[in-house]
Amino acid sequence: MLQSIDLSLLAFNPPGWGGALLNGFVKSIQLAAGGYAIGILIGILGASAKLYGNRVVKDLAEIYTMVIRAVPELVLMLVFYYAGTDLMNTVLKAMGYDGFDVNGLLAGILVIGLVQGGYTTEVIRGAILAVPPGQIEAAAAFGMSPGKVMRRVTLPAMTPHALPGMANLWMIATKDTALLAVIGFSELTLVTKQAAAATREYFMFFIAAGILYLILTLGSNVILRRFERHARRGMVPVQR
Amino acid sequence: MTQDPAIEIRDLHKSYGAIEVLKGVSMTAYPGDVVAVIGGSGSGKSTMLRCINMLEKPSSGRIAIQGEAYEMRQLGTNAMEPASPKQVQRIRSQLGMVFQNFNLWPHRTVLQNVIEVPIHVLGVPKEQAVARGRDVLARVGLAEKEDVYPAFMSGGQQQRAAIARVLAVDPLAMLFDEPTSALDPELVGEVLSVIRDLAAEKRTMVLVTHEMAFARDVASHVIYLRDGRIEEEGPPEQIFGDPQSPNLQQFIRSVA
Repeated sequence: MLQSIDLSLLAFNPPGWGGALLNGFVKSIQLAAGGYAIGILIGILGASAKLYGNRVVKDLAEIYTMVIRAVPELVLMLVFYYAGTDLMNTVLKAMGYDGFDVNGLLAGILVIGLVQGGYTTEVIRGAILAVPPGQIEAAAAFGMSPGKVMRRVTLPAMTPHALPGMANLWMIATKDTALLAVIGFSELTLVTKQAAAATREYFMFFIAAGILYLILTLGSNVILRRFERHARRGMVPVQR
Repeated sequence: MTQDPAIEIRDLHKSYGAIEVLKGVSMTAYPGDVVAVIGGSGSGKSTMLRCINMLEKPSSGRIAIQGEAYEMRQLGTNAMEPASPKQVQRIRSQLGMVFQNFNLWPHRTVLQNVIEVPIHVLGVPKEQAVARGRDVLARVGLAEKEDVYPAFMSGGQQQRAAIARVLAVDPLAMLFDEPTSALDPELVGEVLSVIRDLAAEKRTMVLVTHEMAFARDVASHVIYLRDGRIEEEGPPEQIFGDPQSPNLQQFIRSVA
Protein backbone atom coordinates (compact mmCIF):
# COMPACT_ATOMS: atom_id res chain seq x y z
CA MET A 1 0.00 0.00 0.00
CA LEU A 2 2.71 2.43 0.99
CA GLN A 3 4.52 2.18 -2.33
CA SER A 4 1.35 3.30 -4.06
CA ILE A 5 1.38 6.69 -2.24
CA ASP A 6 1.84 9.48 -4.73
CA LEU A 7 3.20 12.45 -2.80
CA SER A 8 2.86 14.68 -5.85
CA LEU A 9 -0.83 14.83 -4.96
CA LEU A 10 0.24 16.97 -2.00
CA ALA A 11 1.91 19.53 -4.29
CA PHE A 12 0.98 23.08 -3.59
CA ASN A 13 -0.55 23.84 -7.01
CA PRO A 14 -3.29 21.88 -8.81
CA PRO A 15 -3.52 19.12 -9.66
CA GLY A 16 -1.84 18.77 -6.23
CA TRP A 17 -4.15 19.37 -3.25
CA GLY A 18 -1.54 20.81 -0.87
CA GLY A 19 -2.63 24.42 -1.37
CA ALA A 20 -6.28 23.57 -0.77
CA LEU A 21 -5.37 21.64 2.36
CA LEU A 22 -3.31 24.52 3.75
CA ASN A 23 -6.11 26.88 2.89
CA GLY A 24 -8.51 24.71 4.87
CA PHE A 25 -5.99 24.57 7.72
CA VAL A 26 -5.80 28.37 7.86
CA LYS A 27 -9.62 28.54 7.84
CA SER A 28 -9.71 26.07 10.72
CA ILE A 29 -7.28 28.21 12.72
CA GLN A 30 -9.29 31.34 11.98
CA LEU A 31 -12.48 29.62 13.12
CA ALA A 32 -10.88 28.30 16.28
CA ALA A 33 -9.17 31.59 17.17
CA GLY A 34 -12.23 33.72 16.46
CA GLY A 35 -14.57 31.35 18.27
CA TYR A 36 -12.20 31.09 21.22
CA ALA A 37 -11.95 34.88 21.51
CA ILE A 38 -15.73 35.26 21.43
CA GLY A 39 -15.97 32.44 23.93
CA ILE A 40 -13.67 34.34 26.32
CA LEU A 41 -15.77 37.50 25.98
CA ILE A 42 -18.96 35.54 26.66
CA GLY A 43 -17.20 33.68 29.46
CA ILE A 44 -16.16 36.87 31.29
CA LEU A 45 -19.66 38.29 30.94
CA GLY A 46 -21.28 34.99 31.90
CA ALA A 47 -19.06 34.47 34.95
CA SER A 48 -19.64 38.07 36.10
CA ALA A 49 -23.38 37.58 35.61
CA LYS A 50 -23.39 34.38 37.65
CA LEU A 51 -21.22 35.78 40.44
CA TYR A 52 -22.30 39.40 40.69
CA GLY A 53 -25.56 39.69 38.73
CA ASN A 54 -29.09 40.17 40.03
CA ARG A 55 -31.63 37.34 39.98
CA VAL A 56 -32.69 37.78 36.35
CA VAL A 57 -29.17 38.04 34.96
CA LYS A 58 -28.03 35.08 37.06
CA ASP A 59 -30.89 32.91 35.81
CA LEU A 60 -30.26 33.87 32.19
CA ALA A 61 -26.59 32.91 32.49
CA GLU A 62 -27.59 29.68 34.22
CA ILE A 63 -29.99 28.74 31.42
CA TYR A 64 -27.38 29.56 28.78
CA THR A 65 -24.65 27.38 30.27
CA MET A 66 -27.08 24.60 31.01
CA VAL A 67 -28.39 24.43 27.44
CA ILE A 68 -24.93 24.72 25.90
CA ARG A 69 -23.50 21.99 28.05
CA ALA A 70 -26.51 19.69 27.79
CA VAL A 71 -26.92 19.62 24.00
CA PRO A 72 -24.38 17.89 21.71
CA GLU A 73 -22.14 20.41 20.01
CA LEU A 74 -23.02 19.19 16.55
CA VAL A 75 -26.71 19.76 17.22
CA LEU A 76 -25.98 23.23 18.64
CA MET A 77 -24.00 24.10 15.52
CA LEU A 78 -26.76 22.95 13.23
CA VAL A 79 -29.31 24.90 15.25
CA PHE A 80 -27.25 28.07 15.45
CA TYR A 81 -26.19 27.92 11.82
CA TYR A 82 -29.43 27.05 10.07
CA ALA A 83 -32.01 28.32 12.55
CA GLY A 84 -29.87 31.32 13.45
CA THR A 85 -29.35 32.58 9.94
CA ASP A 86 -32.97 31.81 9.07
CA LEU A 87 -34.17 33.81 12.02
CA MET A 88 -31.87 36.70 11.16
CA ASN A 89 -33.10 36.82 7.58
CA THR A 90 -36.72 36.70 8.69
CA VAL A 91 -36.16 39.55 11.14
CA LEU A 92 -34.31 41.60 8.53
CA LYS A 93 -37.05 41.07 5.97
CA ALA A 94 -39.71 42.02 8.50
CA MET A 95 -37.79 45.24 9.09
CA GLY A 96 -37.84 45.91 5.35
CA TYR A 97 -34.23 44.98 4.56
CA ASP A 98 -33.21 42.44 1.97
CA GLY A 99 -32.18 39.09 3.24
CA PHE A 100 -28.45 38.48 2.95
CA ASP A 101 -26.07 35.66 2.42
CA VAL A 102 -24.40 34.79 5.66
CA ASN A 103 -20.66 35.19 5.60
CA GLY A 104 -19.62 31.60 6.22
CA LEU A 105 -16.51 32.40 8.26
CA LEU A 106 -18.30 34.89 10.49
CA ALA A 107 -21.21 32.53 11.06
CA GLY A 108 -18.81 29.67 11.85
CA ILE A 109 -16.90 31.83 14.34
CA LEU A 110 -20.11 32.90 16.05
CA VAL A 111 -21.35 29.33 16.25
CA ILE A 112 -18.10 28.07 17.82
CA GLY A 113 -17.96 31.13 20.08
CA LEU A 114 -21.47 30.53 21.40
CA VAL A 115 -20.63 26.92 22.24
CA GLN A 116 -17.25 27.80 23.78
CA GLY A 117 -18.81 30.60 25.83
CA GLY A 118 -20.87 28.12 27.81
CA TYR A 119 -17.81 26.20 28.93
CA THR A 120 -15.61 29.28 29.32
CA THR A 121 -18.20 30.82 31.67
CA GLU A 122 -17.77 27.91 34.05
CA VAL A 123 -13.96 27.85 33.82
CA ILE A 124 -13.72 31.58 34.58
CA ARG A 125 -16.35 31.43 37.31
CA GLY A 126 -14.36 28.73 39.06
CA ALA A 127 -11.11 30.64 38.62
CA ILE A 128 -12.58 33.83 40.10
CA LEU A 129 -13.83 31.84 43.08
CA ALA A 130 -10.27 30.56 43.58
CA VAL A 131 -8.97 34.14 44.10
CA PRO A 132 -8.86 34.95 47.83
CA PRO A 133 -11.78 37.39 48.26
CA GLY A 134 -9.61 39.69 50.36
CA GLN A 135 -7.53 40.64 47.32
CA ILE A 136 -10.64 41.82 45.50
CA GLU A 137 -11.95 43.48 48.65
CA ALA A 138 -8.66 45.34 49.08
CA ALA A 139 -9.05 46.87 45.63
CA ALA A 140 -12.56 48.02 46.49
CA ALA A 141 -11.36 49.35 49.84
CA PHE A 142 -8.92 51.65 48.03
CA GLY A 143 -11.78 53.21 46.05
CA MET A 144 -11.44 51.37 42.76
CA SER A 145 -14.61 51.33 40.67
CA PRO A 146 -16.13 47.87 40.10
CA GLY A 147 -15.00 47.91 36.46
CA LYS A 148 -11.42 48.72 37.46
CA VAL A 149 -11.44 46.08 40.18
CA MET A 150 -12.44 43.55 37.52
CA ARG A 151 -9.85 44.69 34.97
CA ARG A 152 -6.90 45.41 37.23
CA VAL A 153 -7.30 42.80 39.95
CA THR A 154 -9.94 40.09 39.50
CA LEU A 155 -9.13 39.10 35.91
CA PRO A 156 -5.32 39.02 36.20
CA ALA A 157 -5.50 37.32 39.61
CA MET A 158 -7.84 34.61 38.33
CA THR A 159 -5.86 33.96 35.12
CA PRO A 160 -3.41 31.40 36.57
CA HIS A 161 -6.37 29.43 37.94
CA ALA A 162 -8.21 29.60 34.61
CA LEU A 163 -5.33 28.69 32.31
CA PRO A 164 -5.32 24.88 32.54
CA GLY A 165 -9.04 24.81 31.79
CA MET A 166 -8.70 27.48 29.12
CA ALA A 167 -5.90 25.52 27.43
CA ASN A 168 -8.23 22.54 27.26
CA LEU A 169 -10.92 24.70 25.71
CA TRP A 170 -8.50 25.95 23.04
CA MET A 171 -7.68 22.38 22.08
CA ILE A 172 -11.37 21.58 21.93
CA ALA A 173 -12.00 24.69 19.82
CA THR A 174 -9.41 23.63 17.26
CA LYS A 175 -11.10 20.27 16.90
CA ASP A 176 -14.67 21.59 17.01
CA THR A 177 -13.92 23.37 13.76
CA ALA A 178 -14.10 19.95 12.06
CA LEU A 179 -17.78 19.72 13.01
CA LEU A 180 -18.43 22.65 10.68
CA ALA A 181 -17.65 20.31 7.78
CA VAL A 182 -21.22 19.11 8.23
CA ILE A 183 -22.62 22.50 7.29
CA GLY A 184 -20.36 22.68 4.26
CA PHE A 185 -17.71 24.98 5.60
CA SER A 186 -14.41 24.46 3.76
CA GLU A 187 -12.21 23.93 6.77
CA LEU A 188 -9.45 21.33 6.91
CA THR A 189 -11.60 18.24 7.42
CA LEU A 190 -14.04 18.94 4.59
CA VAL A 191 -11.24 19.84 2.16
CA THR A 192 -9.43 16.66 3.14
CA LYS A 193 -12.52 14.62 2.49
CA GLN A 194 -12.95 16.23 -0.92
CA ALA A 195 -9.31 15.65 -1.85
CA ALA A 196 -9.46 12.07 -0.68
CA ALA A 197 -12.66 11.35 -2.56
CA ALA A 198 -11.40 12.94 -5.77
CA THR A 199 -8.12 10.99 -5.75
CA ARG A 200 -9.20 7.86 -3.84
CA GLU A 201 -6.14 8.44 -1.63
CA TYR A 202 -8.04 8.40 1.68
CA PHE A 203 -5.13 7.16 3.76
CA MET A 204 -2.63 9.73 2.60
CA PHE A 205 -4.89 12.76 2.85
CA PHE A 206 -6.32 11.96 6.27
CA ILE A 207 -2.81 11.26 7.59
CA ALA A 208 -1.74 14.62 6.15
CA ALA A 209 -4.68 16.34 7.84
CA GLY A 210 -3.88 14.53 11.08
CA ILE A 211 -0.32 15.84 10.91
CA LEU A 212 -1.57 19.39 10.39
CA TYR A 213 -3.87 19.12 13.44
CA LEU A 214 -0.93 17.71 15.41
CA ILE A 215 1.29 20.63 14.38
CA LEU A 216 -1.41 23.03 15.56
CA THR A 217 -1.64 21.26 18.90
CA LEU A 218 2.13 21.16 19.45
CA GLY A 219 2.50 24.82 18.47
CA SER A 220 -0.36 25.76 20.79
CA ASN A 221 1.28 23.90 23.64
CA VAL A 222 4.42 25.99 23.34
CA ILE A 223 2.45 29.24 23.41
CA LEU A 224 0.12 28.13 26.19
CA ARG A 225 3.03 27.08 28.36
CA ARG A 226 4.56 30.52 27.89
CA PHE A 227 1.23 32.13 28.85
CA GLU A 228 1.01 30.00 31.95
CA ARG A 229 4.52 30.87 33.03
CA HIS A 230 3.69 34.57 32.69
CA ALA A 231 0.34 34.24 34.49
CA ARG A 232 1.95 32.36 37.37
CA ARG A 233 4.81 34.87 37.74
CA GLY A 234 3.61 35.91 41.19
CA MET A 235 3.13 32.38 42.48
CA VAL A 236 5.63 30.25 44.31
CA PRO A 237 6.48 27.25 42.10
CA VAL A 238 5.12 23.92 43.29
CA GLN A 239 7.88 21.97 45.01
CA ARG A 240 8.51 18.51 43.66
CA MET B 1 -12.10 72.33 68.62
CA THR B 2 -13.54 73.71 65.38
CA GLN B 3 -11.72 71.15 63.28
CA ASP B 4 -13.81 68.35 61.74
CA PRO B 5 -13.10 64.91 63.16
CA ALA B 6 -11.19 62.67 60.73
CA ILE B 7 -13.62 59.88 61.56
CA GLU B 8 -16.93 60.21 63.32
CA ILE B 9 -19.25 57.31 64.10
CA ARG B 10 -22.64 57.96 65.69
CA ASP B 11 -24.90 55.26 67.09
CA LEU B 12 -23.77 52.57 64.67
CA HIS B 13 -25.86 49.42 64.52
CA LYS B 14 -25.15 46.37 62.40
CA SER B 15 -27.18 43.19 62.16
CA TYR B 16 -26.70 40.04 60.17
CA GLY B 17 -30.24 38.73 59.98
CA ALA B 18 -31.49 38.38 63.52
CA ILE B 19 -28.02 38.66 65.05
CA GLU B 20 -27.06 42.17 66.10
CA VAL B 21 -23.27 42.46 66.22
CA LEU B 22 -23.10 46.22 66.82
CA LYS B 23 -25.64 47.71 69.20
CA GLY B 24 -25.09 51.43 69.03
CA VAL B 25 -21.43 52.37 68.89
CA SER B 26 -20.04 55.90 68.68
CA MET B 27 -16.48 57.04 68.16
CA THR B 28 -14.67 60.22 67.25
CA ALA B 29 -11.12 60.39 65.97
CA TYR B 30 -9.57 63.81 65.41
CA PRO B 31 -6.59 64.22 63.10
CA GLY B 32 -3.55 62.76 64.82
CA ASP B 33 -5.55 60.50 67.12
CA VAL B 34 -4.62 56.86 67.41
CA VAL B 35 -7.69 54.92 68.51
CA ALA B 36 -7.13 51.33 69.56
CA VAL B 37 -10.15 49.04 69.57
CA ILE B 38 -9.81 45.99 71.79
CA GLY B 39 -12.17 43.23 72.79
CA GLY B 40 -12.75 39.51 72.62
CA SER B 41 -13.50 37.64 69.45
CA GLY B 42 -17.04 38.28 68.27
CA SER B 43 -17.19 41.61 70.09
CA GLY B 44 -17.77 43.44 66.80
CA LYS B 45 -14.48 45.30 66.60
CA SER B 46 -13.61 44.27 63.03
CA THR B 47 -17.18 44.92 61.89
CA MET B 48 -16.99 48.41 63.35
CA LEU B 49 -13.72 49.09 61.55
CA ARG B 50 -15.05 47.75 58.25
CA CYS B 51 -18.11 50.01 58.47
CA ILE B 52 -15.80 53.05 58.38
CA ASN B 53 -14.99 52.37 54.71
CA MET B 54 -18.32 50.68 53.94
CA LEU B 55 -16.87 47.20 53.46
CA GLU B 56 -19.76 46.40 55.78
CA LYS B 57 -23.03 48.27 55.34
CA PRO B 58 -24.34 49.65 58.65
CA SER B 59 -27.93 48.82 59.59
CA SER B 60 -28.37 52.27 61.06
CA GLY B 61 -26.29 55.13 62.34
CA ARG B 62 -24.13 57.82 60.81
CA ILE B 63 -20.51 57.75 59.69
CA ALA B 64 -18.63 60.83 58.53
CA ILE B 65 -15.10 61.15 57.21
CA GLN B 66 -13.54 64.60 57.57
CA GLY B 67 -17.03 66.03 58.11
CA GLU B 68 -18.56 64.32 55.07
CA ALA B 69 -21.24 61.80 56.01
CA TYR B 70 -21.97 58.80 53.82
CA GLU B 71 -25.31 59.31 52.10
CA MET B 72 -27.36 56.27 52.94
CA ARG B 73 -30.59 54.89 51.58
CA GLN B 74 -33.00 52.93 53.75
CA LEU B 75 -33.65 49.32 52.74
CA GLY B 76 -36.64 48.03 54.63
CA THR B 77 -36.73 48.60 58.37
CA ASN B 78 -33.31 47.40 59.48
CA ALA B 79 -30.86 47.84 56.63
CA MET B 80 -29.22 50.61 54.66
CA GLU B 81 -27.02 50.87 51.61
CA PRO B 82 -24.88 53.73 50.35
CA ALA B 83 -26.94 55.95 48.07
CA SER B 84 -23.95 56.97 45.98
CA PRO B 85 -21.31 54.40 44.97
CA LYS B 86 -19.26 57.30 43.56
CA GLN B 87 -19.18 58.99 46.97
CA VAL B 88 -18.14 55.73 48.62
CA GLN B 89 -15.31 55.30 46.10
CA ARG B 90 -14.14 58.88 46.65
CA ILE B 91 -14.13 58.56 50.45
CA ARG B 92 -12.48 55.14 50.30
CA SER B 93 -9.67 56.54 48.18
CA GLN B 94 -8.84 58.85 51.10
CA LEU B 95 -8.72 56.02 53.63
CA GLY B 96 -6.17 53.26 53.70
CA MET B 97 -6.80 49.83 55.12
CA VAL B 98 -4.31 47.24 56.30
CA PHE B 99 -5.78 43.75 56.49
CA GLN B 100 -5.03 40.79 58.69
CA ASN B 101 -4.09 38.70 55.63
CA PHE B 102 -2.17 41.50 53.86
CA ASN B 103 -4.23 41.10 50.67
CA LEU B 104 -1.49 42.30 48.37
CA TRP B 105 -2.20 41.73 44.71
CA PRO B 106 -0.24 38.57 43.84
CA HIS B 107 0.27 39.31 40.13
CA ARG B 108 2.05 42.58 40.82
CA THR B 109 5.48 43.21 42.29
CA VAL B 110 5.81 45.10 45.56
CA LEU B 111 6.41 48.39 43.78
CA GLN B 112 3.52 47.74 41.37
CA ASN B 113 1.27 47.07 44.36
CA VAL B 114 2.32 50.34 45.93
CA ILE B 115 1.83 52.53 42.83
CA GLU B 116 -1.42 50.86 41.69
CA VAL B 117 -3.87 53.03 43.61
CA PRO B 118 -2.03 56.35 43.14
CA ILE B 119 -1.93 55.82 39.36
CA HIS B 120 -5.23 54.10 38.69
CA VAL B 121 -7.48 55.65 41.31
CA LEU B 122 -5.94 58.99 42.21
CA GLY B 123 -4.54 59.80 38.75
CA VAL B 124 -0.99 60.56 39.89
CA PRO B 125 1.49 60.62 36.98
CA LYS B 126 3.55 57.44 36.81
CA GLU B 127 7.04 58.90 37.50
CA GLN B 128 5.70 60.75 40.51
CA ALA B 129 3.95 57.63 41.83
CA VAL B 130 7.09 55.55 41.37
CA ALA B 131 9.25 58.11 43.16
CA ARG B 132 6.83 58.25 46.08
CA GLY B 133 6.44 54.47 45.99
CA ARG B 134 10.20 53.98 46.40
CA ASP B 135 10.12 56.52 49.18
CA VAL B 136 7.47 54.72 51.22
CA LEU B 137 9.06 51.32 50.57
CA ALA B 138 12.30 52.66 51.99
CA ARG B 139 10.41 53.88 55.04
CA VAL B 140 9.08 50.40 55.80
CA GLY B 141 12.50 48.86 55.12
CA LEU B 142 11.67 47.23 51.79
CA ALA B 143 13.73 49.35 49.38
CA GLU B 144 15.53 46.20 48.25
CA LYS B 145 12.33 44.31 47.54
CA GLU B 146 10.53 46.48 45.00
CA ASP B 147 10.73 43.93 42.16
CA VAL B 148 9.77 40.92 44.26
CA TYR B 149 6.33 39.34 44.03
CA PRO B 150 4.50 39.23 47.40
CA ALA B 151 4.31 35.42 47.58
CA PHE B 152 8.10 35.29 47.73
CA MET B 153 8.33 37.36 50.91
CA SER B 154 7.77 36.60 54.60
CA GLY B 155 4.50 37.56 56.27
CA GLY B 156 6.16 40.46 58.05
CA GLN B 157 7.56 41.80 54.78
CA GLN B 158 4.19 41.39 53.08
CA GLN B 159 2.45 43.29 55.84
CA ARG B 160 5.04 46.07 55.68
CA ALA B 161 4.47 46.24 51.91
CA ALA B 162 0.74 46.47 52.59
CA ILE B 163 1.41 49.38 54.95
CA ALA B 164 3.55 51.03 52.26
CA ARG B 165 0.66 50.58 49.83
CA VAL B 166 -1.50 52.58 52.24
CA LEU B 167 1.16 55.24 52.86
CA ALA B 168 1.48 55.77 49.11
CA VAL B 169 -2.02 57.25 48.98
CA ASP B 170 -1.25 59.56 51.92
CA PRO B 171 -4.64 58.83 53.51
CA LEU B 172 -6.66 61.01 55.87
CA ALA B 173 -6.78 58.04 58.20
CA MET B 174 -5.38 54.53 58.31
CA LEU B 175 -7.48 51.54 59.33
CA PHE B 176 -5.68 48.50 60.74
CA ASP B 177 -7.65 45.27 61.01
CA GLU B 178 -5.61 43.02 63.34
CA PRO B 179 -2.44 43.66 61.34
CA THR B 180 -0.27 41.19 63.26
CA SER B 181 -2.73 38.36 63.92
CA ALA B 182 -1.67 36.27 60.91
CA LEU B 183 2.05 36.64 61.59
CA ASP B 184 4.52 34.27 63.15
CA PRO B 185 5.46 35.59 66.59
CA GLU B 186 9.01 36.51 65.58
CA LEU B 187 7.69 38.71 62.73
CA VAL B 188 5.23 40.73 64.81
CA GLY B 189 7.87 43.14 66.08
CA GLU B 190 8.97 44.45 62.70
CA VAL B 191 5.38 45.32 61.74
CA LEU B 192 4.58 46.91 65.09
CA SER B 193 7.68 49.08 64.91
CA VAL B 194 6.57 50.44 61.51
CA ILE B 195 3.11 51.24 62.91
CA ARG B 196 4.72 52.82 65.97
CA ASP B 197 6.73 55.17 63.73
CA LEU B 198 3.56 56.20 61.92
CA ALA B 199 1.79 56.89 65.18
CA ALA B 200 4.75 59.00 66.30
CA GLU B 201 4.39 61.23 63.25
CA LYS B 202 0.77 61.93 64.19
CA ARG B 203 -1.03 59.96 61.55
CA THR B 204 -4.69 59.34 62.26
CA MET B 205 -5.32 55.66 62.87
CA VAL B 206 -7.94 53.26 64.03
CA LEU B 207 -6.30 50.06 65.15
CA VAL B 208 -8.09 46.81 65.90
CA THR B 209 -5.54 44.73 67.75
CA HIS B 210 -4.84 41.94 70.19
CA GLU B 211 -1.45 43.41 71.10
CA MET B 212 -2.32 45.01 74.43
CA ALA B 213 1.16 46.23 75.30
CA PHE B 214 1.36 47.85 71.90
CA ALA B 215 -2.08 49.46 72.21
CA ARG B 216 -1.08 50.87 75.58
CA ASP B 217 2.08 52.27 74.02
CA VAL B 218 0.84 53.97 70.87
CA ALA B 219 -2.87 54.68 71.39
CA SER B 220 -4.18 58.07 72.41
CA HIS B 221 -7.58 56.55 73.11
CA VAL B 222 -8.67 52.97 73.79
CA ILE B 223 -12.13 51.51 73.21
CA TYR B 224 -13.12 48.24 74.84
CA LEU B 225 -15.91 46.57 72.87
CA ARG B 226 -17.93 43.77 74.36
CA ASP B 227 -20.90 42.10 72.77
CA GLY B 228 -21.46 44.93 70.28
CA ARG B 229 -21.30 47.77 72.80
CA ILE B 230 -18.55 50.05 74.09
CA GLU B 231 -18.22 48.86 77.64
CA GLU B 232 -15.40 51.17 78.59
CA GLU B 233 -13.18 53.74 76.89
CA GLY B 234 -10.55 56.25 77.81
CA PRO B 235 -6.85 57.03 77.68
CA PRO B 236 -4.64 53.92 77.69
CA GLU B 237 -3.24 54.56 81.17
CA GLN B 238 -6.76 54.44 82.55
CA ILE B 239 -8.02 51.48 80.50
CA PHE B 240 -5.01 49.32 81.21
CA GLY B 241 -3.96 50.78 84.57
CA ASP B 242 -7.29 51.23 86.25
CA PRO B 243 -10.02 49.33 84.38
CA GLN B 244 -13.47 49.80 85.93
CA SER B 245 -15.71 47.11 84.45
CA PRO B 246 -15.18 43.55 85.71
CA ASN B 247 -15.33 42.28 82.13
CA LEU B 248 -12.50 44.55 81.04
CA GLN B 249 -10.47 43.62 84.12
CA GLN B 250 -10.91 39.98 83.24
CA PHE B 251 -10.19 40.58 79.55
CA ILE B 252 -6.92 42.34 80.32
CA ARG B 253 -5.90 39.59 82.72
CA SER B 254 -6.70 36.92 80.12
CA VAL B 255 -4.63 38.40 77.31
CA ALA B 256 -1.74 39.73 79.39
